[in-house]
This record gives sequence, structure tokens and C-alpha cells, in this order.
Amino acid sequence: MSLFSIFFYLFALITVVSALFVVSVKNVVHSAFYLLFTFFGVAGLYVLLGADFIAVTQIMVYIGGILILLLFGVMLTNKITNIEIKSGTVNIFPAIVLVGVLMGALVSVITRTNWKVVQKVIPNTTINSLGKVLITDYVLIFELLAILLLVALIGATSIARTNNTNKEEV
Amino acid sequence: MAEVGLNHFLIVAAILFSLGLFAVITRKNAIMVLMGVELILNAANINFVAFSRYGNNGLNGQAAALFVIVLAAAEAAVALAIVLNIYKLLTNVNVDEIDKLKE
Repeated sequence: MSLFSIFFYLFALITVVSALFVVSVKNVVHSAFYLLFTFFGVAGLYVLLGADFIAVTQIMVYIGGILILLLFGVMLTNKITNIEIKSGTVNIFPAIVLVGVLMGALVSVITRTNWKVVQKVIPNTTINSLGKVLITDYVLIFELLAILLLVALIGATSIARTNNTNKEEV
Repeated sequence: MAEVGLNHFLIVAAILFSLGLFAVITRKNAIMVLMGVELILNAANINFVAFSRYGNNGLNGQAAALFVIVLAAAEAAVALAIVLNIYKLLTNVNVDEIDKLKE
């Protein structure tokens, strides 16, 4: 078994097992911490696929940004004295059946399809070529995403803040 | 334990997608639903990067994965702002109990 396979199975195991814990543990804070390992595992898979920049972005944005944001969300939407922050569940049994059938269908389609695989040499780094792709082919999307991030930033702060001035007027 | 190829990555992504969908369907807490959405987006991203590696499309898949990450960040910020506002108004964030359009 090659080193590549060993690392693939390691990262796949980390990703899948911690994702299983994310969806099954009752405590929301524990779910958020298991999500950390899922994101790390996915970043490892990106490295194995030769996407170094995506892997670093995954760690910085998902673990450094989104996960912290989710943890803030958990802390701010529960009473701070409540140590056991539980999340109730609904529709457990139909969901297991539906998701099981869906997963079986996806896996059977994936394994039966004869994917056309191109053999190619993985470059040492993709940063240079990815940067060129971003500012040539995808320059419009790139700029639109910059504007979208600004809109999301302003929108999120304006939604989340307590509007005291309006209440006084009313 | 065959040689690791495109199939293996796609199957990991399929499992991750199913688990994310499971969280979205079953959890009551809105934050947990958001975590499920993040899992689904990660699964899609693995597919993008895997096809970029094994397909003949250059770096287009990796560029799409990067855009997905940016959109996920924006989505998480706005969604959490909405969840905080809902908590302020209704003092809970269970998606099955939030059925009011106004106070």
C-alpha cells in the first residue's frame, strides 16, 4: 500500500468519523468541535488532490472564520448558565431511511460509472496558475465576489445590531 | 483496498453530503442546520477539486472550489446574523418553533 493510499484512508477516516459525530452528538458545542476535525480532514484531502492553495484557504476560512462564527452563534443563542446546550431532533427514522437510500444510490452510481481519468503530473504549486486563472478567465466572478463579500459584511452587521434609535422614535 | 483513485474521493464526498443532509433534516437548532449546510458545501468542494485533479479541465475546478468557500463564508455571516435576530425576538432558535412572521 502506497503512502498516498495510507494518507488518503487516514484523512477520509478523520473526515467521515468526525462528520458522523457532528450529526449524532446531542451537545451543540461538541458538534462544533467535531466539525473542526471534519474541516481538517477535508483540507488533508485537498492536499492529496494537489490543491495546496485550496487546502490553506479551507483551514483559514473554515476553521479560522466560519467555525468561530458558529461557536459565537452557539454561545449567543443560549443562556450562559446553561452548560448542557442540547439540540433536539425531529424525524430521525424517516431521515435515516431517506439518507441511507440516497447514500446507497450515490455510491452505486459513482462506482458503476466509468470515469474518464486523465493521467497528468501534479505541479509543485498551483498558486501561480490559479492566480492567473482567477484574474483572466474568472475576473468578472472574482470582482463580483468581492462586492458580494462587502454586501454580506454590511448586511450582516446591519441585521445583527440592536437598533436603539428606532425604538425610541416608536 | 484498491489503488486510491477518483472513485474514493467521490465516495467520501457522497458520505459527507449524506451526513450533512441528515443534520439539516433532523436537527431542531438553527445553528446545527447551518453546520449541516457547511458539510454539504464541503462535499461539493471535494468533488470540484477531485475532478480538477483527475479530469481534463485544468484548474477550473479549483477556481470553483475557491468561489464556493467565499460564498460559504458570506452565507455563514448573514445566516448567523439572522439567527441572532430571531433569538432576540423569540428567545429560541429551534427551526420547528419559529413560525411567526412578526411579534
